[in-house]
Amino acid sequence: MKGLIRQLLFPLIAVVAAFIVGGIIVWLIGDSPIETYGLLIGSALSWPDGIGYTLFYATPLIFTGLAVAVAFRCGLLNIGAEGQLIIAAFATAWVCITFANLSAWLLIPLACLAAILSGAVWGAVPGILKARFGSHEVINTIMMNFIAAGIASALTQSYYRVQGDPILETRPIGNLALTPPGSNAHIPRLGQFLPGLPERIPLNVAFILALVACVLVYIFLWRTKWGYEIRATGANPSAAEYGGISVRKQIVLAMAVSGALAGMVAINEVLGYRYRYYHGFSPGYGFTGIAVALLGRNHPAGVLLAALLFGALIRGGLFVDIFTEHVSKDLVLVLQALVILFIAAEALFRRSLGRFGLLRRSKL
Amino acid sequence: MRDIFSLALIYSTFRLATPLLLAALGGLFSERAGIINIALEGLMLAGAFTAATVTHYAGSPWVGLLAAVAAGVVIASIHAVVCIEFKADQVVSGTAINILMLGVPALLSGAFFESTGATPQIPREDLIPRVPTAIAFALVPFIWYVLYRTPFGLRLRAVGENAEAADTAGISVARIRYTAVLLSGALAAIGGAYLSIGQSSLFTRNMTAGRGFIALAALIFGKWRPVQTMLACLLFGCAEAIAIQMQGVITYVRVEYIQIIPYVLTIVVLAGFIGHSRAPRALGQPYEKER
Repeated sequence: MKGLIRQLLFPLIAVVAAFIVGGIIVWLIGDSPIETYGLLIGSALSWPDGIGYTLFYATPLIFTGLAVAVAFRCGLLNIGAEGQLIIAAFATAWVCITFANLSAWLLIPLACLAAILSGAVWGAVPGILKARFGSHEVINTIMMNFIAAGIASALTQSYYRVQGDPILETRPIGNLALTPPGSNAHIPRLGQFLPGLPERIPLNVAFILALVACVLVYIFLWRTKWGYEIRATGANPSAAEYGGISVRKQIVLAMAVSGALAGMVAINEVLGYRYRYYHGFSPGYGFTGIAVALLGRNHPAGVLLAALLFGALIRGGLFVDIFTEHVSKDLVLVLQALVILFIAAEALFRRSLGRFGLLRRSKL
Repeated sequence: MRDIFSLALIYSTFRLATPLLLAALGGLFSERAGIINIALEGLMLAGAFTAATVTHYAGSPWVGLLAAVAAGVVIASIHAVVCIEFKADQVVSGTAINILMLGVPALLSGAFFESTGATPQIPREDLIPRVPTAIAFALVPFIWYVLYRTPFGLRLRAVGENAEAADTAGISVARIRYTAVLLSGALAAIGGAYLSIGQSSLFTRNMTAGRGFIALAALIFGKWRPVQTMLACLLFGCAEAIAIQMQGVITYVRVEYIQIIPYVLTIVVLAGFIGHSRAPRALGQPYEKER
């Protein structure tokens, strides 16, 4: 129990500190922090729209948060989740356009597989580069983000854009002769099963998949040999190597799993929401995933909680945008950045808590 | 093909290399002192937004440029304090700065100008289209001199290679690193300012569009050395210039494939296929003074 409180303490302090600094910024801009935050939280927790959308926005963040967390556990920083989810979204749409005539029972699993595999490959490449040539995964994943966006944009432009479409997007996925068009490539929205949840809310089966992914990642990291070896590598690579673990293999494995998780964002976005690849669909889910993983202490349960928080912020931000006089939804980006900074600068709180005798010196 | 390779291409190569070079030279200071700076993108955005806003109110691009430098230094100081004082992960801190600088300009432009993301147009006579280019390229020999021929440069490199040895030799690791990171903020901000009050005449949301990362790529491609970094910036600027001139002229190659060349080249060079690019040895390591 004491351990749990310690685990929750610093993330909680970081969130509170971020909200305080964010509140000061809101006040400086000329709005009331209390009203703004009231609006933010109130609109994120209303039923059914608030909660429905909060969970919908949390879904990609669960996937990217898990992705970053798995890499972190291996001592790697995957800032490439953004590229992995872009390439996966394109691959998913590509499968659903190319094999548009398959039945839903074949097409949807195939599309999910495409999302997972393409993400895994895009993640594994920087892993292999690190394992084989020792080149830093941070730089390579950044570069791969831009390459993914470039390739997806070019292919969409050349082959899959509907003539005259002003938006850079592929044609709708699935068999368009069906009613409703393309429905063999659509996964169900939760509104179809949950009483009281309207079907217009795009919260879909991918959210359930995200919850399953949390459990699977937990089992993978803490209950399997591979997970153990990944964590051992992250904790101390030379000790792991000495203990007979192939560090290189773990780096590639961790990056592939990380990429696969990031790729699953495509299931939510392409199969569950937009029903096409839309260029620029991600408002930086991959980067927010870093904040989610850090806040969640790289643990699936923490990632889930953090993703719900950030999902609520995205939802609430839209309302802040409309209903406050000066503050825009970009407040959410600022809060996100502040959370990351405060978590990164944990030493700040450790020191001040220590000064007031709230933490014993030995634990600093 | 004739239409593309011309004098205009050379001119636009230098123009497009300017913001990259300024940011890359900033990154060079920071990284040679051992602090990873993936915040270049955010620092450029800080400079671009501040330059456009202040120029709009003050009516003078010089005041705008100075304000941009100040903004770059302020934002860089966040990165510096978090990394040096609190010994945080430098990549994580840099990522946070980038997200912060996506949000803050948009938030402020909403409050100042009732538009999320853009500042008002600046009149043509208030723009400085050439000066930053001159500054950038003149800085290369100067920075080379500072880095390799002055005591400060020697200390900077020493701190970046082996902080402990530098400390033993009586160099204040923290002071050198602070100076280096703040300098990188100033230079990257000038690069950003060039985008908003040089190349164009207003700030738009995320107007750097990844240039901070290309600058970082150029720095790695240039093996963390000033002259090579400049050549890398010219190469990447040239790729961008070709991509722009291609539009509407050549249709059999998609422009995106030209645009991703810098990123692919960086991966290739980092893997050691074209010479070896070795990072400063102490890059990314917080320095813990022995007690």
